[in-house]
Amino acid sequence: MTTQAEQKIHQAETNKTIFGFWVYIMTDCVLFATLFATYAVLHNNTFGGPGARELFSMPFVLAETLILLTSSFTIGLAVLAARQKRLALVYSWLAVTFILGAAFLGLELHEFSNLVSEGHSWRASAFLSAFFTLVGTHGLHITSGLIWMTVLIAQIFRKGFTGSTLKRLALFSLFWHFLDIVWVFIFTVVYLLGASA
Amino acid sequence: MTTNSHGSVSSYAVGFMLSLIFTFAPYFMVTQHIGQGWVLGSALAIFAVSQVLVQLVFFLHLGREKRPRWHSLAFGFMTVVVVIVVFGSLWIMNNLNYHTMSGPTVDQYIQDEEAIKPYAR
Amino acid sequence: MLGRLNWDVLPNDPFTIIALVATGLIAGAGLAVLLKIKGLAWARKTVMYIWREWLTSLDPKKIGVMYILVAVAMLLRGAADAGMMRAQQALSVGDSHGILQSDTFQQVFSAHGTIMIFFVAMGLMFGIINLVLPLQLGARDVAFPFLNSVSFWLFSAGMILINLSLVLGEFSAAGWLAYPPLSELQYSPGVGVDYWIWALQIAGVGSLLSGVNFLVTILKMRAPGMTLMRMPIFAWSVMGSMLLVVFAFPILTATLAMLSLDRTLGMHFFTSDFGGNAMMYINLIWAWGHPEVYILVLPAFGIFSEVVATFSRKRLFGYTSMVWAIAAITFLSFVVWLHHFFTMGAGANVNAFFGIMTMIISIPTGVKVFNWLFTMYGGRVRFTSPMLWFIGFVITFTIGGATGVLLAVPAADFQLHNSLFLVAHFHNMIIGGVVFGYFAGLTYWFPKIFGFRLNEKLGKLAFWFWLSGFCFAFIPLYILGMMGATRRLDHYDPSMGWQGLFIVAGFGVVLIGLGVATQILQFYVSIRDRHLNRDLTGDPWEGRTLEWSIASPAPVYNFAIIPKVHGRDAFWETKQNGTTTSTDYTDIHLPKNTPFGIFIAASSLVAGFAIIWHIWWLAGLGLLGVIGLIIIRSFDEQTEYTITAKEIAKVEAAFAKQKATA
Repeated sequence: MTTQAEQKIHQAETNKTIFGFWVYIMTDCVLFATLFATYAVLHNNTFGGPGARELFSMPFVLAETLILLTSSFTIGLAVLAARQKRLALVYSWLAVTFILGAAFLGLELHEFSNLVSEGHSWRASAFLSAFFTLVGTHGLHITSGLIWMTVLIAQIFRKGFTGSTLKRLALFSLFWHFLDIVWVFIFTVVYLLGASA
Repeated sequence: MTTNSHGSVSSYAVGFMLSLIFTFAPYFMVTQHIGQGWVLGSALAIFAVSQVLVQLVFFLHLGREKRPRWHSLAFGFMTVVVVIVVFGSLWIMNNLNYHTMSGPTVDQYIQDEEAIKPYAR
Repeated sequence: MLGRLNWDVLPNDPFTIIALVATGLIAGAGLAVLLKIKGLAWARKTVMYIWREWLTSLDPKKIGVMYILVAVAMLLRGAADAGMMRAQQALSVGDSHGILQSDTFQQVFSAHGTIMIFFVAMGLMFGIINLVLPLQLGARDVAFPFLNSVSFWLFSAGMILINLSLVLGEFSAAGWLAYPPLSELQYSPGVGVDYWIWALQIAGVGSLLSGVNFLVTILKMRAPGMTLMRMPIFAWSVMGSMLLVVFAFPILTATLAMLSLDRTLGMHFFTSDFGGNAMMYINLIWAWGHPEVYILVLPAFGIFSEVVATFSRKRLFGYTSMVWAIAAITFLSFVVWLHHFFTMGAGANVNAFFGIMTMIISIPTGVKVFNWLFTMYGGRVRFTSPMLWFIGFVITFTIGGATGVLLAVPAADFQLHNSLFLVAHFHNMIIGGVVFGYFAGLTYWFPKIFGFRLNEKLGKLAFWFWLSGFCFAFIPLYILGMMGATRRLDHYDPSMGWQGLFIVAGFGVVLIGLGVATQILQFYVSIRDRHLNRDLTGDPWEGRTLEWSIASPAPVYNFAIIPKVHGRDAFWETKQNGTTTSTDYTDIHLPKNTPFGIFIAASSLVAGFAIIWHIWWLAGLGLLGVIGLIIIRSFDEQTEYTITAKEIAKVEAAFAKQKATA
């Protein structure tokens, strides 16, 4: 088989995988939508306890939001650098993305542990259950992303830019961008609307 | 997406800038108490949707694929389902108190929701 | 250390103990005899063969067969549950309390529904799709073969959990959908509901992955020239069903997770205190639940489209309207779900909207039924057993559909909700629609997978048992529902006047049991007589679609040369035009076997089991195992093996020779 025909087949394979991953992301959107719907229904059920207005710190949330948004930008830059086969640049942008993602997660865990230590845990009311689950599920996805990024970096280190690693980097960037999009909704619905209630 | 529509540093930068704007604007509206009620709510919704669209186009290259546009179609279908499930659930759950309202509340509800004046009691 | 696991959780009622010990002894004795006769070496060879050729295979034909075997095994268990329920309701009147204690009865009906929907119906469906879809599309495999294996093994892990509840602990007594607050910790403190949650959660992930897999297969792996509007209608129906899987199952995943969080981490989504709202669970579970029933029935409709066209020796009537009907049903599935809880308290506006949408969704189904009938009209119909299943479907599904439209009227539903009328209605749809459809499909495509036909006489006999059994078992239930009998009753007063009808219903279940026994006999006889019923041409029914153009059993690579398609009913067209197939073979690369699907599912099983029993360290290990295995597998480079053109030529030449002598 000619290399051109082989390349076409590899390209079709890659497109198929990318589309399949996109469909999976669509399912993840429906999962988050269910959690959002539940939060929307339960957000006023504070069982006499504090609600969104009392509990959330806006500057803190803004910091988290900007960090995650920047990391979505830097993963895009990593993908562009990979297209140009600039290995060092890819490592750099991946490292920056990882650090930003870890920082986001750290801030979020800090927020959670503060709430819990003040007695506002997920067991205190339906509102808090819904909050911790919605935001926590996003955080779990971020954690998965960080693990994935580590493995990805290891695979690029071992094999360089093969069709497979480039494809996986593209898939990861889809995942990471999607997580920031979900965060836009969390930022708006949970924090902004909560603070303005 | 497919390798035919991958953007450039400048398009990612534009997306990033617009996203920053759509993040700061609603943030300041809320923290500075600009607008309230449904005005504020609509503004927040518009900013959120706008930022999401920006990120979909500039970061995820949605709509820039070759035909057949399966990614866009899948996204469209997902949006329809999400809208139905989320707003349908809100409509239903809100409506569940219909049968447990007491006298005066019922009258007010009928007047508000169904625009019928109840007969004199 | 071991959470809430202790010796007390083993069964303590004599009935179960005797049943389990007897099963163990018989299985053990059987195994011992087999080893004695055949020897240890044979045993080792057989186990290695099963592991290599079946369990670790990524061939969707093998995976499909395994799905069906699991589904059939679960059918026996679900049917046993049904038998127990009918016996109980026929006997437990007045002073008698039947054969089951109340608590056991509640576990039985919960297990019955859960098993039938999630493991029998879904299993048969995914099994048939695996067997048939790639063949109909002119493809060699599904889009993601490894994911396919993972899906099957996750499904099996869920099955194992449900069966484990028979031995360790108990099953849920909260119905097949586990409504809170009954399913919350306060009212169900045991492990039963947790078994239910995790069996479904694990199997559900498998289903979701399959949804993605088959959807991408249809959109991206059709043979060249096969536009969407040239696809067989079965493939269209699978596409509609998989779209529903992809967009509805995440709702189930999230809802089960929230119930689990309530029970395990003390959250308050659906509790009756601390601000929880149990009604939100019911809203969400049915937002998944309604699409689920269409997920099950759409492929059955697709099967009928293939069967009716083939056995009427006529092109399917109204292809385009069939496609639109599938599209309409797929979309409308998402806007009717409230009809499952008209009585939960919503006002007239809400109830009316969903009632009207429910009535509308019956219309595209009606279009399909008329199209099948118009296909038969003017055709030269052969009443083979698949056609009999179709006729049985038309009769029963039409009745069920009519009662559905009746129930769609909220005012009527207020009287009939949760009565036996409802139970009769949905069994009508599931048995008449889903089960009859899948039985037709199994019979129709059996020769393609195994190379010989099933015994027709026994197939027809089984059909008559099932049809008559269904009528005797469920028509009385419609009447009982109208008379005021509610569902899930384990005892009633003789003054209700219901017992006679319950006895009739019990007789119906006996007939269905005879039907199942006949089907088992059919398999035995067909296997015994397989040399007499060989399918030598690959086309035993004079089929119209691509799967009939290759040998039976289908070679592992399906098509030696990917066909080029020029129209609908691609194979029929080739037969009419007498086109000769080329022999220009090239090497074919197929996915290698791998045990990672089994390992990942096993790890998930351990994690699920550990969470149920609150063995937290083990749960963590299980989760780490899943993550670790995925990472290890991702480093795998050599995932394919090659079949050389020479080998293919040999296989194809043998088939050509066999065809010539037929």
